Amino acid sequence: MKKTLVLFSLMLGFAYVAMAQGGTILLNAAGATFPYPIYSKWFSNYNQLHSNIQINYQSIGSGGGIRQLKAGTVDFGASDMPLNDELLSQFSYKILQFPTVLGAVVPTYNIPGVNTELKFTPKALSDIYLGKVTKWNDSEITSSNPGVSLPGNDIVVVHRSDGSGTTFVWTDYLSKVSPDWKSRVGSNTSVNWPVGLGGKGNEGVAGLVKQTPNSIGYVELIYAIQNNMGYGLVKNSSGKFVKASLATVTDAASGAAAKMRSDIRISITDASGAEAYPICSFTYLLIPETISDATKRDAIKGFLHWMLTSGQEQVEALNYARLPKAVVAIEMKQIGEIK
Amino acid sequence: MKRARLIWRKSVNVVMLTLTGVAALSVVSILFLILGYLVYNGGKSLNWAFFTQLPKPVGETGGGMANAIVGSLKLLLLAAVIGLPVGLMGGVYLAEFGGKTFSFVVRYTTDLLNGVPSIVMGIFAYSLVVVPMRHFSTLAGGVALGIMVVPITLRSTEEFLKSVPRSMREGAMALGASKWRTIATVVIPAASGGVITGMLLALARVAGETAPLLFTAFGNQFWSPGWDQPVASLPVMIYTYAIAPYDDWHRQAWAAGLVLLGIVLIANIGTRLALGRGATIRST
Amino acid sequence: MSTSVNAVERAPGNWTPRALLRRLAGGDEVAHIVTLIFASAIIIITSLLVFQLWVNSGASRHAFGWHFLVTSVWDPVFEHFGALPFIYGTMVTSAISLIIALPLGLAAAIFLAELAPRNISDTISFLIDLLAAVPSVIYGLLGIFVVVPLMRTLIGPALKKVFGYLPIFSGPNYGVGFLTAGIVLAIMIVPYIISVSREVLLTVPRDQREAALALGATRWEATWQVVVPWARTGISGSVFLALARAIGETMAVTMVIGNDPKISASLFAPGYTIAAVIANEFTEATGKIYLSALIELGLVLFLITFILNGMARLLILATERAGGRTA
Repeated sequence: MKKTLVLFSLMLGFAYVAMAQGGTILLNAAGATFPYPIYSKWFSNYNQLHSNIQINYQSIGSGGGIRQLKAGTVDFGASDMPLNDELLSQFSYKILQFPTVLGAVVPTYNIPGVNTELKFTPKALSDIYLGKVTKWNDSEITSSNPGVSLPGNDIVVVHRSDGSGTTFVWTDYLSKVSPDWKSRVGSNTSVNWPVGLGGKGNEGVAGLVKQTPNSIGYVELIYAIQNNMGYGLVKNSSGKFVKASLATVTDAASGAAAKMRSDIRISITDASGAEAYPICSFTYLLIPETISDATKRDAIKGFLHWMLTSGQEQVEALNYARLPKAVVAIEMKQIGEIK
Repeated sequence: MKRARLIWRKSVNVVMLTLTGVAALSVVSILFLILGYLVYNGGKSLNWAFFTQLPKPVGETGGGMANAIVGSLKLLLLAAVIGLPVGLMGGVYLAEFGGKTFSFVVRYTTDLLNGVPSIVMGIFAYSLVVVPMRHFSTLAGGVALGIMVVPITLRSTEEFLKSVPRSMREGAMALGASKWRTIATVVIPAASGGVITGMLLALARVAGETAPLLFTAFGNQFWSPGWDQPVASLPVMIYTYAIAPYDDWHRQAWAAGLVLLGIVLIANIGTRLALGRGATIRST
Repeated sequence: MSTSVNAVERAPGNWTPRALLRRLAGGDEVAHIVTLIFASAIIIITSLLVFQLWVNSGASRHAFGWHFLVTSVWDPVFEHFGALPFIYGTMVTSAISLIIALPLGLAAAIFLAELAPRNISDTISFLIDLLAAVPSVIYGLLGIFVVVPLMRTLIGPALKKVFGYLPIFSGPNYGVGFLTAGIVLAIMIVPYIISVSREVLLTVPRDQREAALALGATRWEATWQVVVPWARTGISGSVFLALARAIGETMAVTMVIGNDPKISASLFAPGYTIAAVIANEFTEATGKIYLSALIELGLVLFLITFILNGMARLLILATERAGGRTA
């Protein structure tokens, strides 16, 4: 009897301690894995600056972010795919979309014995993912890479198994450059892949490619860099083979600011411009227009403000490109719309 | 002719019997292989930081799983509070009070519940707790795990209560004790070893469950205060880190795996040793 | 285990208000009602679970009907969903795991029940039971870092060299796939087969064994031709039990199967199981039909395990009755 009393009071004490963290503003967010490295850095830094604000971000993919925002289980979401009008209408309340960074989706590969950077044409990429090109020494690939001896091994295609904004960007690009892809598969956060293995999140795709010889996958640039994985150059609409970098991504977004004044959601894949990298995208935070909880609202607005100013200073270290100044101005105004 | 046949049969005999021994030994060696891998890979990654620090931002090395360890403990506590009483009382009912048909229904349903795949339990807890609360939470995870605790606890409670000899019950009643008094002060204490073992084993089983937590407890980078916020847990962290490309995360996944397996094995070995030989609890 | 108190309860004159209060104060009625409530809670929870699964899968059931079970398209863009690739993957991986685990487990059980001296048998049995306690995610962890590379570098090429002409071993070997998942599952279910089969083999009456030996059979012949057939009902029960476990397994499978909803003849190809797809896509299924289709998959999984568990219980029960086993 005594033992149970002691145990019980211990449990109560434990529960009390567990509860006693008053004054902390807890925000829950979920969504894209594309910007996860910079988001996790931001939220950790922001917590160090404002120790009473904890923003818990779970990277479950853009599809997950959209869905959980709809279900109301998170305070805000994150998605690489901007919500079109049809998706917006499925929400019972208005959603504001805030671009945060610019990122690039790169074709990363793991071919034993090949340490040079490969060049990919749009046709090569779409045919690989359609399952039409099955071996590394296919002419479609070798013709762009003279001097590189590619093995005759089967290509292991890796894609996302979860609903992903990165998939959206990738398939959006493929749909633009390959009519075959557009009619057979289309573009969305989750598609009916003709071939390939599925990895969960950018992390899962990178993990699979890193572990599997002769594989190719599409990931956000920082995942390839952080894991010392080779990634290829892609031929852009001007005919030049471009490597993803801060410069080439910024170039692709250069024309965007003007268009974003009317609609903040635009696609910048296959952008025109001699130095533009063809597979890049803005990524968005999805914030409800009306937030009833005042402390949460102020916390979110405060974070957004910080993100657009100090936060932008941190993105280049992780190889994301900063938002163009004009876009920052548009967003600053949009913060005021949150009530 | 007969002699040749006899030699053949004898050789078959020796070969097959040896093969069965080989089979048994290989299965046992798998256990040691698993332990070996975890101890080797996890052992060298276990450090003070692992137990005391929060996870670092993506791509940075270091950090730990302090919040996941506490989170798993909180989830287990909830699972115990929710599931153990139901299992215990249910077991008491079946062993002491039950009528024939109703007991059959209860036992059948318990077996049914036991067979439900853990991912389906996650779906259930999601619609039951997360959707109305509009929140992922420790509570939702605790509910999912708590429901899973019930069948194991109930079956072992019933088994051990039934094994208390009639003479003890009748002795108590002869001394004038009412039925519930007999149960509370004589039968349950007599069976307490087995009952508590069943409870600990049930908890050890759900401690390692990942699937039901994926959409109930969700995950958390920080400490999770109270019971209504998402919470990190060891199994989910292992999963997240294992499928990622970062070597540092792999290192931490091994360490977490070692910790988790250690807890589960200690619970299993400890309770079975305490119970002694001859008492097996089929955790099926 | 009810005692004579019940007779007292049913006696006339015990239902007057005064008598009721007296009985309530006595405590037995209360205890009965309290435990009854908890026992009923189990029935309520289980019914609620089945109800939720049924209701929440409604949109998908109405949209696709029975075609859901035989369609092999899983297309979230055009909202066509079919369960066939997942049912196929679940069955193939479970079949592979049984093909590996049954001979291995039965052989080990025979050793433990017939040959090993009692204390060695108990110790080894205990250690094998510990395998059953290892969490699924740890099997997945070892699957990714041990089994997958093994499959890619050793097992796959070896199989291809010897059996490469067979369609089941055709195609590229990624390391992940049906076969890898089957192997990991086999390790996970072998303890169940061993534990139940060993118990069942131990209940075979001694005289059966001794009669065979007296007739001149070798140890092996006695075991294989007399003892095992005697216990075959219980052994089949253990198979169903193991199968039910394999089918519901989530984490270890999704970490090594490749997560591709395709039906392929080759065992080296990536696949998907019902449990794995629910785990991967549940938190992000946008659209009512998508979510409902996933829940319908959960319903299918539930029904399959329900049937398998039921059969397992029946078979094991039948053996217990036949063998005159004491609890």
